[in-house]
Amino acid sequence: MDHASTLEKVLRGLALTVISVFFMFPIFWIALMSLQTNETILRIPPSIVFAPTLSNYTALISGKLTSAAGTLDIAFMHNLWNSVLLSTLSVLVALLLGVPAAYAFARFKFKLGEFIAFTLLSFRFAPPLLVLLPLSLIFQYLGLADTYIGLIWVYQLIALPLILWIVRGYFEDVSPDIEHAYRIAGHSWLATFLKIAVPLARPGIAAAGLLAFIFCWNNFIFALILASADKQPVTVGALAFVTASGIQYGQIAAAIVLSVTPTLLLALYAQRYLVEGLSMGAVKG
Amino acid sequence: MALRLDKLTKSYGGKPIVEALSLDVASGEIVAVFGPSGGGKTVLLRLIAGIEEPDSGVVMIDGTDMTDASPDARGIGMAFQNYALFPHMSAYDNVASALTPTRMSAQDIRTRVDAVAGMLKIGHVMGHKPRELSNGQKQRTALARALAGAPKVLLLDDPLRNVDAKLRYEMRLELPVLLRKFGSTVLYVTQDYKEAMAIGNRIAVLIGGRLAQIATPAEVYDRPASVDVARLFGDPGINLFDVTPDPSGRITIANSQLPLGSGFSNSAGKPCVLGFRPDAVSLSQTANGATFPVEVLAETPLNDKSVLLLRAADGKEVLAALPASAAGSVPVGPAHATFAPEAALLFDRATGLSVTRGGQP
Repeated sequence: MDHASTLEKVLRGLALTVISVFFMFPIFWIALMSLQTNETILRIPPSIVFAPTLSNYTALISGKLTSAAGTLDIAFMHNLWNSVLLSTLSVLVALLLGVPAAYAFARFKFKLGEFIAFTLLSFRFAPPLLVLLPLSLIFQYLGLADTYIGLIWVYQLIALPLILWIVRGYFEDVSPDIEHAYRIAGHSWLATFLKIAVPLARPGIAAAGLLAFIFCWNNFIFALILASADKQPVTVGALAFVTASGIQYGQIAAAIVLSVTPTLLLALYAQRYLVEGLSMGAVKG
Repeated sequence: MALRLDKLTKSYGGKPIVEALSLDVASGEIVAVFGPSGGGKTVLLRLIAGIEEPDSGVVMIDGTDMTDASPDARGIGMAFQNYALFPHMSAYDNVASALTPTRMSAQDIRTRVDAVAGMLKIGHVMGHKPRELSNGQKQRTALARALAGAPKVLLLDDPLRNVDAKLRYEMRLELPVLLRKFGSTVLYVTQDYKEAMAIGNRIAVLIGGRLAQIATPAEVYDRPASVDVARLFGDPGINLFDVTPDPSGRITIANSQLPLGSGFSNSAGKPCVLGFRPDAVSLSQTANGATFPVEVLAETPLNDKSVLLLRAADGKEVLAALPASAAGSVPVGPAHATFAPEAALLFDRATGLSVTRGGQP
């Protein structure tokens, strides 16, 4: 675009600015809200000028929610920890199970293979509420209700199909001859899987892992039904801000900022794997 | 025998790709596997490599039955048509991958990789990733990887397919020398008959999954086992005529009676196909008892030859090749053609198989 006129450049810049403002505004507004008290948030007309305060963050971190009606104990930091624990472990388990399964579905044609793969995907079709009642009964019977293990298990419904289907596509894009060449060079099947197939599918594994992490992190309904207070993630914990004396907008905003941060950092970190080309030009097309 | 295949058979969806193929390759021998595409050449290599499992038959490598062995246990090297380099590893690691499973020390591996890379003239790019290599360098890296492990049998799947014409010509001269230096037993797949003749000690002609002929390059060219084999060799292609020799050993081409040469008396009265290569054709302006009338239509230079397009009296087109020094010696227009009787090839029209001289079937 060397020949773009000045007007064109200005218009393009303007369009990009409008689009970014449109998409970034809610995040920007929430960041602003998190630095205000309920009073300044709710004043009319709203103003962008205010005296910033960290009281929302201190309340969240200390676990003492002070409102007009008095002091309330909240377990936000514990909820945040639960979210980190549940999402991370769920994704790790899903990767451990899903990546080899994806490889199997990509490389081998076996009886009922497509059927099994589709069944796994169909877990994503069923409305969660439909499975929750039987699931909570079964979990109570098994003693899995209100345990981290139980929740991580249920989170596989979210993470496993996603990882399986995305990573399968990436494995299918790797030329089988590259793996054959490694086998012929004298390496075992397992070494070929670990040294060739997995590194070449890494962009896909990173993308699927990240998506699965976000979905697990944002899950609300499974945790609401299957976990009690001390196992609840941040999505359920945020309900505590709706108190008898009103909704604590400032704290909600601060909670959102805190709970978005880990996902954002992970996304920024995983980005460099996402942009890596897949087969990197070794196989002539 | 470094490699012995016994009645190897493989089919996909009921369609046979390799059919009852038996082949013995001596140690240090280079066998060029040549044939039209879809003839089963690549599948044959994959069966030997253990990437595909045969339906039946036996693969023996160095005297050991390897039919059920996994690819890593067979002691073979293979260069793929699409190179199949490991994109996330440097060229050095690519070549060294054939040595890391052995108990060689890191120092010995380095010495060996450097030696092979030096011989293939890619020592200076060993630190590069495959995507930074030119096509020729990729191809040499793939070859180096296949050679590095000193395999008992080396399988090369059309390694010059994807390199440019100049490099292909260079490699055609260089490869046989290099392969002999390594003392490798080689199966070399190609779709180019010139490449097969330049590189192979013997040529295995694979047509429709069957071995149509296995012989030295000269033998395959001069005495093809069937019409199909004859058609695949030579540029310009062989001239073929449907003929029925009469008891006096004469045949009829374009309403002219010609002598066939001696030795074909046992095929009198049988429907046959006569073949003679364009360079066996000679032209003159005067008719005699061994010529047939033609019209010279056009002359085209081709490499070191000059190719004439002729039309016989019955409308059939005939090709003649003259040495380049004789280019332009035949004017366009009517002429009389004949072929050297000793160069005549006769095939049974029903089976397509060669009818040998001297009455031997």
